[in-house]
Amino acid sequence: MEVLSKGDIKTASHSPVLSKPLPAIYRWLGDRIFLTVAVTLGLSIIFLAGAMAWVLIDDGSMAFREFGIIGFLTGTTWDPGVNFTFGALPFIFGTVVTSVVALGLAFFPAVAVAIVIAEYAPRWLSKIIETLVHLIAAIPSVVVGIWGIFVFAPWMRETVYMPIYSWAAESHPSLLPILGNPIGYGMTTATIILALMIVPFTTALTRNAIHQVPKEQREAARALGATRWEVIRMAVLPYARGGILAGAILSLGRAVGETMAVAMLIGNKNTFPFSIMGPAATMPSVIINEFREAVGNLHLSSLMAIGLVLFVIAIIVNLIAAYITRKLSITGGQGI
Amino acid sequence: MKTLRQRNIRDYIMVSLLILSTVLVLTPLLIIIGYVVVNGIGAISMDFFTQELGSPARAMQGQPTGLIHTIIGTLVVDTIGVIIAIPIGVGAGIMLSEYPEHKLNPLLRVLNDTLNGMPAILKGLLAFALIVRPMGTFSGLAGGIALAFVMIPIIARATESALMTIPWSIREAGLAIGLPRWRVVLSTIVPAARIGLVTGFLIAFARAAGEAAPLMFTSFGNNYLPTHWTGMILGPVDTLPQRLYSLAISPYSEWHTMGWAAGIVLLVFVVALFAGAQLLTRKKAYNT
Repeated sequence: MEVLSKGDIKTASHSPVLSKPLPAIYRWLGDRIFLTVAVTLGLSIIFLAGAMAWVLIDDGSMAFREFGIIGFLTGTTWDPGVNFTFGALPFIFGTVVTSVVALGLAFFPAVAVAIVIAEYAPRWLSKIIETLVHLIAAIPSVVVGIWGIFVFAPWMRETVYMPIYSWAAESHPSLLPILGNPIGYGMTTATIILALMIVPFTTALTRNAIHQVPKEQREAARALGATRWEVIRMAVLPYARGGILAGAILSLGRAVGETMAVAMLIGNKNTFPFSIMGPAATMPSVIINEFREAVGNLHLSSLMAIGLVLFVIAIIVNLIAAYITRKLSITGGQGI
Repeated sequence: MKTLRQRNIRDYIMVSLLILSTVLVLTPLLIIIGYVVVNGIGAISMDFFTQELGSPARAMQGQPTGLIHTIIGTLVVDTIGVIIAIPIGVGAGIMLSEYPEHKLNPLLRVLNDTLNGMPAILKGLLAFALIVRPMGTFSGLAGGIALAFVMIPIIARATESALMTIPWSIREAGLAIGLPRWRVVLSTIVPAARIGLVTGFLIAFARAAGEAAPLMFTSFGNNYLPTHWTGMILGPVDTLPQRLYSLAISPYSEWHTMGWAAGIVLLVFVVALFAGAQLLTRKKAYNT
């Protein structure tokens, strides 16, 4: 900015920059070197993305060769101890169920918070709420996890799971296998924590979408005599629906990849069938738990293959979100 | 046709629902922070910042243990990550915003967003395959590189949008007074966008500093201080998020207490970074 101050412009005709042209080598070579450096650094990102795909495919190929792609994806036994049989279905199932249910739990509250921030609250209050929501996003996953292990899971066991379990044991014993063991660490606990962790993400993206709705849109609805909620329902939300939907799908991607808090709370049980309250596992949680102590190449390769499945799911989720943003929104998606 | 009364009642119901949801979302936040602060402050002592962890027996016999090696390790690994991530991220951001005519830009943008959306654990697997396996050992270097993989896409994106906020007329003015293109970028555009750039660095750093997943099989963890300083870079290193996880899932109650202490240190560290980013954003909004 300094270069453009008023004095500079006035004296520009006397400045050395214009009186004698810069040496060609400084201009031409400088530009060349600068562009080359920038492009090299940019290419390293392209290389990273390629390397990630290559590493996962290359390392996972052994498991795919051994069990077949379909066989690996639909195999229900994960036995690194005795038979060395590996199937990914329990983890795929665990990931899909926990993240979809978590998104279902988180979606409406998150959109509600975004509406409160953008439409209802006075300026000072929406600043505070927004900062607090950012703060939730800032809490590291492991910190949420330690709270979950020592506070939330025991509390859930005492106040929710145990009463339901004893009620079922007395009056509907047939429900017990579906409910599972009420140890506190399990699918439901992990899903609730997961929902809490993706709320700030969904809220931020929804708020961005709502912010892009033109003011005239609201004014027109108000001029027709709409109540405040009707303005939101009829003028704001339909306009922002592309951004909100894309935000929800990106949040789903977040939930799919969320690792530490889930690994700490889901109970880590690698065998089907899962139950509602009982322990389960997800793709990231099994990688975290077993990669460090993987025995044998086949086990390692199977974990890498699970990483590849995770990679593919993450790509699909991101592509869908990008597609929706481009198709339905006006401005193109600038996420956070 | 609904009467006005019905519509107003509906309006009230929706407002209450919205406020209820907001309270529902914010309450767990306050509960979590409250628990971490209360339990963490009780567990912090002088030993926590001066002693190394050692074996579980040490904690159970009441000997002084702490996480000094973890704190140093975190600083080392985070610094390595930042040193690697900032040049790459900024370079890619400059390529995206200052050379919009470049043929690789659409591909770069798509792949950068894809990388940004990848779970952090996959970046750990990548660093494991690229660094740990060829080196033959878990190392702080590998951990730093894994964190760099987390930061690079965020920094590239933030740099691109920070540079884009500078109007094109400024670039044209620079070119018009005879500056070569690279001087225009380095002497006018980057300084003008510096607050946006630093905010991007801070947000990326805060995201990476709280990540445990990429570190589990790259820097691995270590109960002791390395005997020589090179051990921090070339050998297994402890970091706060990963140590917090190990402490929390350990069977020793003394270690659980220490986990809470590690939790508050990590929380303060990460929240301070975020607060810095927020303050800078506000300053920027005030200036323009």
